Amino acid sequence: MVLKAFFPTCCMSADSGLLVGRWVPEQSSAVVLAVVHFPFIPVQVKELLAQVHQASRVGLAVLGTWCHRHQDAEEGLGHFLEGLGAIFSHEPWLQLSRERGGKLWSCKATCHQGPPGPAAPDEDQVMLVFYDQRKVLLSQLHPAAALPDRQAGDGTAGAEGLAVVFDTVARSEALFRSDRFDDGPVRLSHWQSEGVEASILAELAKRASGPVCALLACLLSLVSAASACRLFQLWPLSFICSKLSVCEQLRHRLEQLTLIFSTQKAENPAQLMRKANVLVSVLLDVTLGLALLSWLHGKDCIGQLAKALVPVADVSWSGSLVVLEHLFPACWGHPDCPFPAQWVGPLPPVCLQHVAEELQHLLQWLMGAPAGLKMNRALDQVLGRFFLYHLHLWISYIHLMSPFIERILWHVGLSACLGLTVALSILSDIIALLTFHIYCFYVYGARLYCLKICGLSSLWRLFRGKKWNVLRQRVDSCSYDLDQLFIGTLLFTILVFLLPTTALYYLVFTLLRLLVVAVQGLIHLLMDLVNSLPLYSLSLRLCRPYRLAAGVKFRVLEHEAGGPLRLLMQINPLPYGRVVHTYRLPSCGCHPRHSWGSLCRKLFFGELIYPWRQRGDKQD
Amino acid sequence: MEDERSFSDICGGRLALQRRYYSPSCREFCLSCPRLSLRSLTAVTCAVWLAAYGLFTLCENSMILSAAIFITLLGLLGYLHFVKIDQETLLIIDSLGIQMTSSYASGKESTTFIEMSKVKDVVINEAIYMQKVIYYLCILLKDPVEPHGISQVVPVFQVIFSTLLNAKTALEL
Repeated sequence: MVLKAFFPTCCMSADSGLLVGRWVPEQSSAVVLAVVHFPFIPVQVKELLAQVHQASRVGLAVLGTWCHRHQDAEEGLGHFLEGLGAIFSHEPWLQLSRERGGKLWSCKATCHQGPPGPAAPDEDQVMLVFYDQRKVLLSQLHPAAALPDRQAGDGTAGAEGLAVVFDTVARSEALFRSDRFDDGPVRLSHWQSEGVEASILAELAKRASGPVCALLACLLSLVSAASACRLFQLWPLSFICSKLSVCEQLRHRLEQLTLIFSTQKAENPAQLMRKANVLVSVLLDVTLGLALLSWLHGKDCIGQLAKALVPVADVSWSGSLVVLEHLFPACWGHPDCPFPAQWVGPLPPVCLQHVAEELQHLLQWLMGAPAGLKMNRALDQVLGRFFLYHLHLWISYIHLMSPFIERILWHVGLSACLGLTVALSILSDIIALLTFHIYCFYVYGARLYCLKICGLSSLWRLFRGKKWNVLRQRVDSCSYDLDQLFIGTLLFTILVFLLPTTALYYLVFTLLRLLVVAVQGLIHLLMDLVNSLPLYSLSLRLCRPYRLAAGVKFRVLEHEAGGPLRLLMQINPLPYGRVVHTYRLPSCGCHPRHSWGSLCRKLFFGELIYPWRQRGDKQD
Repeated sequence: MEDERSFSDICGGRLALQRRYYSPSCREFCLSCPRLSLRSLTAVTCAVWLAAYGLFTLCENSMILSAAIFITLLGLLGYLHFVKIDQETLLIIDSLGIQMTSSYASGKESTTFIEMSKVKDVVINEAIYMQKVIYYLCILLKDPVEPHGISQVVPVFQVIFSTLLNAKTALEL
């Protein structure tokens, strides 16, 4: 096998000395970590290597000599370096040399012991691979198909191939702690020898983070204990909490904050990235929420919004009363009439009233001849009046709420401090509450339609002389009596001819409900995006691409005749898609649990659909 | 040591293969693909603009024309950056691995390096495409779980040689 010598680019201009690093016999590669300069005492060098070995569990050794000299320098240095091979015995002994100011490199590997045979590497077969030590130290390899029991940089003996190089450099940090300004016994050249990298802000932040995290972790544990108390397990509260998406989002936010401020150190790089991602996404969320808050309060948007909702005199409300009066002249003014002849008191909010008004127009259209279809008059009137009464109740409810709307909006706007996602979840809940009547209409229409379909299917079987065998779960033939057949056929005919009317009401209300669900779904999608996007990893990939490595790439450097083959090893960064896939945060989003096929089937048979179930919800 | 030969791919475009020999343990094969032809570019642009003009005469909205221009520009940029490969290079380093680089027309380079310990074999694969048989070079990767199994087949070049003889000659396999 060809002998590969991994040489750091920072040592290319270093003075002559000894090469210190790790020899990997399985791959016949020598990873050079530093150069020890003259003068040195061999005993002290061996002590330093033993110290580093103890600290990092990486077997370092003196691998050979490095000679950086002028072309016409004396040959004594060369002989001296060869003599060092006797003091630090290592198989094979590397001899690298470079001409100062020139481009001529030479590399020799010799074996002192053992029979020189085809296994001994000769000069032609040594390959020099240059690597940037700082980048290799800081980067983290992401193997393409990582098995669960193997992770790159784990330090197990199973690290293969180039992961060994990364592993060696990462674990030998103890060797890089001294720089040339230290007065140690041994003078080294490595990536930090010009001065150890450190940042005052980072150090201060590290010192301050301890007590701050402890305090906040305490507070958060109090909050989570309070939220887990028995009061919230009681029926009305727990039911409401499970239906509102605000509670889910707040719980998620609490979990995120607990993760960030936990006093335990992250055990591996994946956990550290997770913490960093969660911190950045929480910060972004809160910033966007505060921006929203300032916009809402700054331009007095809340006031304007409430004014739009505040009761004002409006022609259309009285106009619709007139229409109703003409529609039901018989019952208008009757003491039992559900609709009051005159509305007393403050008028309901304009925009909500607008929605209610549109619904009324819709119902009146259905009660006429919608799209030219001829409805069954009696059933049409019954259903139409039923829904109109329901709408009237809804309008009364809105009317009761109208004085409090501005106050409520103001307080709700404050919740944007906790983040944009919380504000979005409140918006989604407000939409759900305000369109509650549409939900009710949908449920009524669906139940009616479902009953009708069930009745039709069983009577259709009777029509054909069959019945459903519950025991065997199949359709069997059955002989009915004459009166059974007579009644059954009669009922079947009635149901069939009433089907278009019911189906139309069901269709209209289902479409409205699906529209509301689609709007809520979009809001949830946006929330999911903010919650689960790993922003820290993406910005790291953008600004420091060598930190997240998918692999390496090689470039062949200028080849001199008679010299060794020189390659430059660079880090191949992880593509953006894989960054998002690897570091995606778990979101609290509830994904639709129906496929399109089952959704269509449920719609056809009139079964109720609940596309956005929160996690942990029981089936209704 | 350099060597250059030319072949044709299955669509009839000219391919140029350059072989470089750095040392006994390192070789490079560089395949240059046919360039973007002016004829096809003009044809696509004219088709898009004619369609946009047709829509404009129907709708009388000038936004359609601006949108067509944007779409053409963005489409061309996207095509050059993500689809059109100018050159593909295969670098084989003994006992290290095999590196495949694709350079796109916009200058982007995408590199994949496969370590030698993961490579099981390099083969020429046959495939039946419509009415003809095509040959392409691919690398078989070892399965980490099963020692004799194959986990992945990685095609080396995205262009395809038209005959087996060409493929063999090109790569001296």
